[in-house]
Amino acid sequence: MLEAGPHGTKPRRIVSPHNIMLYGFLIVAALYWLLPLYVMVVTSLKGMPEIRLGNIFAPPVEVTFAPWAKAWDSACTGLYCEGLKVGFWNSIRILVPSVVISIVIASVNGYALSFWRFKGSEVFFTILIFGAFIPYQVLIYPLVIILRELGLFSTLGGVILVHTIFGMPILTLLFRNYFASVPVELFKAARVDGAGFWRIFFQIMLPMSLPIFVVAIILQVTGIWNDFLFGVIYAGTRNFPMTVQLNNIVNSTQGVKEYNVNMAATLLTGALPLIVYFISGKLFVRGIAAGAVKG
Amino acid sequence: MSSVVINELSLNFGNVEVLKSLNLDVAEGEFLVLLGPSGCGKSTLLNCIAGLLDVSAGQVIINGINVTWEEPKDRGIGMVFQSYALYPQMTVEKNLSFGLRVAGLPRKEIRDRVDRAAEILQIGALLKRKPGALSGGQRQRVAIGRALVRDVDVFLFDEPLSNLDAKLRTDLRVELKRLHQRLGNTMIYVTHDQIEALTLADRIAIMKDGLIQQLDTPLGIYNRPENRFVAGFIGSPGMNFMQGLLECSDDQWQFSTEGLTMSLQDYQFTREPVQGTPVEFGIRPEHILIGDNAASQPIQSVIDIELIEPMGADTVVWSKLGGSSFTLRVDSEAVLSKDQSLPVGFSAARASIFSSADGLRV
Repeated sequence: MLEAGPHGTKPRRIVSPHNIMLYGFLIVAALYWLLPLYVMVVTSLKGMPEIRLGNIFAPPVEVTFAPWAKAWDSACTGLYCEGLKVGFWNSIRILVPSVVISIVIASVNGYALSFWRFKGSEVFFTILIFGAFIPYQVLIYPLVIILRELGLFSTLGGVILVHTIFGMPILTLLFRNYFASVPVELFKAARVDGAGFWRIFFQIMLPMSLPIFVVAIILQVTGIWNDFLFGVIYAGTRNFPMTVQLNNIVNSTQGVKEYNVNMAATLLTGALPLIVYFISGKLFVRGIAAGAVKG
Repeated sequence: MSSVVINELSLNFGNVEVLKSLNLDVAEGEFLVLLGPSGCGKSTLLNCIAGLLDVSAGQVIINGINVTWEEPKDRGIGMVFQSYALYPQMTVEKNLSFGLRVAGLPRKEIRDRVDRAAEILQIGALLKRKPGALSGGQRQRVAIGRALVRDVDVFLFDEPLSNLDAKLRTDLRVELKRLHQRLGNTMIYVTHDQIEALTLADRIAIMKDGLIQQLDTPLGIYNRPENRFVAGFIGSPGMNFMQGLLECSDDQWQFSTEGLTMSLQDYQFTREPVQGTPVEFGIRPEHILIGDNAASQPIQSVIDIELIEPMGADTVVWSKLGGSSFTLRVDSEAVLSKDQSLPVGFSAARASIFSSADGLRV
């Protein structure tokens, strides 16, 4: 027999001052950050006459995809009028090798630094991490000279090398901390079982480090895709990435400023990182959290 | 024939000496337990034997072969870790066969060995599962299996039962002992649990500060500890100690402490006693008798009970004697109450006396 009074699960009120405050704030914050995106999408779907009316928040009366087509295919970037597609493929050609090479090297680095301590490995790691704190503007000119001497200046290889180098400190730190959270007994057991450096890496460590690889890929993909500076300096005119071409489209001042084309071009350029975040957001948080809790 | 021989093994981490010129000789088929408090170097010693740590000086010889510079896999050892260290992404079967696949054994041989280990350890039903789907006891069994399939002569255990709950630990302890009797391999077992050590070992090596304090059978360690540290470390509750002096009167050696003199007539001296040496007299709680039995003992006294701890099988009584804390273990049937006076008696034959100067047995 139950006595009168409270029993069982405590009831929760959905409308309470606490919830009103909480959700009110969240909604306002969301609106604040989504509004610019809304304006961009809306503007990119309008024709120029409609834009000239000046109602930037009004939805398009006549929806047109012509600005998107122009941005992709025929917008003028300086001298050439071939649209953003050239930059898109350049960005892909820079992105894929940079991401793959930097992550492959950094994961092996992190693995070696956590498990195969050698004389001076701590010093090596410290120097590497120190690299993360050097403002990279300082290194731009020396790198120009180094790349020129290597014959890599203004080439695809040059800009890939630069991205790989600059990704190294933070990625190595990421991987090292992740592997440091792996019990060292696992490594010892594998050594007793006779596995060597590479076999332990590929057969034991890699299969259990998917989350941290996802984190590293997201970091690198978004970072390299959004890069402007290294692209404009090291890639050379023929290899300009999408960000640089976007800038050329938006800032070229011939005749009328085509706001709808500019908006469409910007959205196209930002599409890839946005898609990456939407698809992998959950994995990303999980990977970061996994490292944080155990490390 | 000796299975594992350690010759003057030293290991330093920077300026810290973890192992100090340590010697150890393990016979073939022996179950040797390395026992000691945390930080005494017992796990480090095991890692040196396994080849997972490079030694600073000395030798490790396994089965007559000097393996000091060999890789772990070439030493003929299998190792079981406290945290099981199972490869999380592999099934039990792959976990067991990993070392064999690395060694490039033929498939049939691998299957035979895995099946045999699974049969011995009764984990046949688990072969297709991943470690995450196993209980602690099952995981540890798989970990033992991984050492078993390697078909080695020497098994190394690094606190294998410490992560298990008390009940399971007792069960697996018995299983380990059975396994040792069945296989007859040499086993070196590190633990900080003295019950595990006493129950499993053929011989126990008690370690402290990177040195072996005593290497003896469990009963030898329990009954005739060679020094004060070993005496205090083994036994729970610990041995009672009283500080005092050795004295000789009428050709009879006596131990005297404040207000108390005890005859050492039955005590077997290890060294020639010297008049007036400051010593510590130690007697185990379970060797102290009460009631009618006390009257027949050569040393008798009366204590005031301060605290009573019933432990089920027996009862521990806390008191004071000769100015030091004094505990005794009595039958749980005994009717006792706090502040009661209790006549106690014991014999010097079961006592241990240590010199206060160097802590060695007198």
